[in-house]
Amino acid sequence: MASAVNTANPADTNSDELVFYLQDEHEHAEGSSTALGFWVYLMSDCLIFAILFAIYGVLGSSYAAGPGPQDLFELELVAINTAMLLFSSITYGFAMLQMDKGNVRTTQLWLAITGVFGLAFLGIELYEFHHLIEIGATPQRSAFLSAFFTLVGTHGLHVTFGIIWLVTLMVQVNMHGLIPANRRRLMCLSMFWHFLDVIWIGVFTFVYLMGMLR
Amino acid sequence: MPDTSPLLTAIFGRLTLESIPIHEPILIVTFIVVALGGLGLVYTLYRYKLWGFLWREWFTTVDHKKIGIMYMVLGIVMLLRGFADAVMMRLQQAMAFNGSEGYLNAHHYDQIFTAHGVIMIFFVAMPLVTGLMNFVIPLQIGARDVSFPFLNNFSFWMTAAGAVIIMISLFIGEFAQTGWLAYPPLSGIQYSPGVGVDYYIWGLQVAGVGTTLSGINLLVTIVKMRAPGMTMMKMPVFTWTSLCTNVLIVATFPVLTAVLVLLSLDRYVGTNFFTNDFGGNPMMYVNLIWIWGHPEVYILILPAFGIFSEVVSTFSGKRLFGYTSMVYATVVITILSYLVWLHHFFTMGSGASVNSFFGITTMIISIPTGAKIFNWLFTMYRGRIRFELPMMWTVAFMLTFVIGGMTGVMLAIPPADFVLHNSLFLVAHFHNVIIGGVLFGLFAGINYWFPKAFGFKLDDFWGKLSFWFWVIGFWVAFAPLYVLGFMGVTRRLRVFEDPSLQIWFQIAAFGAFLVACGIACFLVQIAVSIWRRDSLRDLSGDPWNGRTLEWATSSPPPDYNFAFTPVIHDNDAFADMKKRGHKRPLEGFRAIHMPSNTATGIYIAGLSVALAFGLIWYMWWLAALSFVGILAVSIAHTFNYHRDFHIPADTVAATEATRTKLLTAGH
Amino acid sequence: MSQHAHTAAANAGNQTKTAEKHARDNAEDLHDEGHNHGSYTSYITGFVLSVILTAIPFWLVMHGTLDKNWTVFIVMAAAVVQIVVHMVFFLHMNAKSEAGWSLMALFFTLIIVVIVLAGSLWVMFHLNANMMPGMEMDGQGPVTSNPVPGGDAEQQSQ
Repeated sequence: MASAVNTANPADTNSDELVFYLQDEHEHAEGSSTALGFWVYLMSDCLIFAILFAIYGVLGSSYAAGPGPQDLFELELVAINTAMLLFSSITYGFAMLQMDKGNVRTTQLWLAITGVFGLAFLGIELYEFHHLIEIGATPQRSAFLSAFFTLVGTHGLHVTFGIIWLVTLMVQVNMHGLIPANRRRLMCLSMFWHFLDVIWIGVFTFVYLMGMLR
Repeated sequence: MPDTSPLLTAIFGRLTLESIPIHEPILIVTFIVVALGGLGLVYTLYRYKLWGFLWREWFTTVDHKKIGIMYMVLGIVMLLRGFADAVMMRLQQAMAFNGSEGYLNAHHYDQIFTAHGVIMIFFVAMPLVTGLMNFVIPLQIGARDVSFPFLNNFSFWMTAAGAVIIMISLFIGEFAQTGWLAYPPLSGIQYSPGVGVDYYIWGLQVAGVGTTLSGINLLVTIVKMRAPGMTMMKMPVFTWTSLCTNVLIVATFPVLTAVLVLLSLDRYVGTNFFTNDFGGNPMMYVNLIWIWGHPEVYILILPAFGIFSEVVSTFSGKRLFGYTSMVYATVVITILSYLVWLHHFFTMGSGASVNSFFGITTMIISIPTGAKIFNWLFTMYRGRIRFELPMMWTVAFMLTFVIGGMTGVMLAIPPADFVLHNSLFLVAHFHNVIIGGVLFGLFAGINYWFPKAFGFKLDDFWGKLSFWFWVIGFWVAFAPLYVLGFMGVTRRLRVFEDPSLQIWFQIAAFGAFLVACGIACFLVQIAVSIWRRDSLRDLSGDPWNGRTLEWATSSPPPDYNFAFTPVIHDNDAFADMKKRGHKRPLEGFRAIHMPSNTATGIYIAGLSVALAFGLIWYMWWLAALSFVGILAVSIAHTFNYHRDFHIPADTVAATEATRTKLLTAGH
Repeated sequence: MSQHAHTAAANAGNQTKTAEKHARDNAEDLHDEGHNHGSYTSYITGFVLSVILTAIPFWLVMHGTLDKNWTVFIVMAAAVVQIVVHMVFFLHMNAKSEAGWSLMALFFTLIIVVIVLAGSLWVMFHLNANMMPGMEMDGQGPVTSNPVPGGDAEQQSQ
């Protein structure tokens, strides 16, 4: 489990000539910490969602005599939305595979498709929110609806920022090609995007499906 | 609210001339003093043409050492503000007897106790701890900088921006009157319709971004940037405790962020998370905020434990006793700190089973902590102890902290807590551990690492004076609060009925005066040391006969920290190197790859202040513009692909040659 | 965390190692950035598994005839399995990436998430049971010492 760099070396016990300084040093590659750093950021983001799930768990049945999940949720819509996000995940995966092959044009193509799926997801979610608010199920109506809108909305906001980031990266890949810095950024966005998909599994299970089973 | 034209409302939101507290003479005087001081500072900087220097060398720097020092300066400046609040409270409570209302009205007094708590935790303790970690960690692990240098600069400026937002509330509008954790429903829009809670929320949110990012940064730095040979179990203890602290930061500050978002949704959008009606539950806020709040106190104390470990072993001239158990104790505390949060609200009424679970977990934490105390004592045992300033602070810590810990165990007993909850006993307890633990640790750390940062030691005489004022002042100020707590006096009271209590508050006020002398002596200590820096100079880079890597380089260290990356063979790497007679390489220097300075961090932090100000005063145009600005600057920053440069080999060789000359001159 | 510390402690016992060897390792570390982006096969496998694991719970809830407890169990189980599938096939989690640190960070986070979720539900459930008797949802009557009627009991079963 330990860091391979520091512990996996076979011991070379020549303690008479201990080296105290690296005279012949390779430079630390720029961004060698990025993947781990971004992963740790995702873990912290995960805790924000944990709190939102916790608050939904505690307040999710406080309807305040207002509508409950069964009155509001349309599972067909949620299923379509889930499909959108799932498709966008695999298209992003294809983009990464193309990136590994150094294929700028197909990478961009798959990224664009991912973005379209992301936008479709957001569109459907906005439609759902709009519909709920129209029939009076606003975030202010009850603690259940506050928690619902905040949890699902925070996920939606993440997707929104993901799309802004995606567009930015597409511009940058267009300008500089698949240079190491851009590859690193695409890899971070890929983690972000798949991470959002994982969160969505939690959302559709706990909020929508479990809500219908109440 | 006088009627204002729609145009004015559109531009200024709810900010009107009445929002400026001209009816509060205390605030006016404060404002004048701050304004004059500020103008004087600006003039001095202008007179000596220091703006450009400060901007280029400090504000935009990505050097972890300079950022660390800036954190320390921020923390010390805010300490003065937070302590001024403390003195005002002590005076008020000592005066407000026998029908006297004291000199503070309720509105002002409530803001002061809230601001005191918020500032001391978020803008004194956190910056000082983060500053020390920033300065020391890369040096201790033999690295040239942190993993993400730009992020480091950005984190600092976000923390500073949070402090600025809190300071603005002093002169424009008001601060929260809710206590430092702003429990709803009191902090809800219904009971706190003013801007105070909004200042609180946005100040903490902006600073929280900085804290979280700096936590990620330092965590990854420790994991990825250690010098070759430094396995986990060869890391210095301060690095270990910092690692655990940063794990805690990354895993708790998001909780605070999320909870404050929910509170602000309640206030701004009208949702019902923590309201009394429509199914909201204010207790959920208390529950969630303490999931952050309890680990937070370990975030503060763990680095202090690390400092004490370094100091004890250095000044006893020995290896730390029980290194492994120290590490395990730290890790166990890290995990346990997540399992005790309910002890902050035993009286909420979750019942016997829940309370006993959290009572027991709380008591269990004292076991690894006790193990640490024994480790330090055994390190001192038969050591050749030098009672320099850092060591004095450490001894004072051990005596003070043990008592604070014991009162903590008392509070962990749920039935006892039902008596002591929200009393001055609690106030005395947490000051006992935070001052006696964190602050004493920070003073030990400042005295210990100051020569590393600036190349000269801190003055001994004023340091000792400051030490004795602090330690005695602390006990005179807080022992009476324990007594009052047992008598059932609750916290945050402004006026008292029972005249027999007054004497205790007067003693406490005298204690606060002594602490004030301690702070004054500390400032004098720094001033005198700068004045007499030539006689306090340390040329060796190793003034204390140190044991860890930071003492292997010069004081102050060069930009690149180490000309050659050190290789580690044992715990206490530098002590090991000295023992085996290592030689500094004198040739073969190479160009060193370094990150470039950038001003993006300042820009985003400045825009964040504007965004927060817009949101607080409902100036929606300002909020929207600053938000777009933040996005634009962040995105523009990613279009800059040239973020590094090389320090030429010649420069490195010249710097190292100077050091060689100094070293030989010093002998 | 402690698991790691243990391994490291064992290793700390080993003798020291030479600088050159380390430098070489370092160099390898640079060139191979340690990221495995998977292959078409792995993405397709993950996708197909995900589709199945999504379709089953949706179908059960929308058209299923199983009794409720079983449905809840299967829906939950499918979610857990699907999260693992995403982690393995899309996020390429394994014990080797970043020398195990990624996986450790994930486990640590999971522990905290479980503590936060389970702890909050436990604390708040008892609070409601103790402090708000008779205020249960939908006015289903006062609380007895037996399981509480209404929404809260169901949250517990989640």
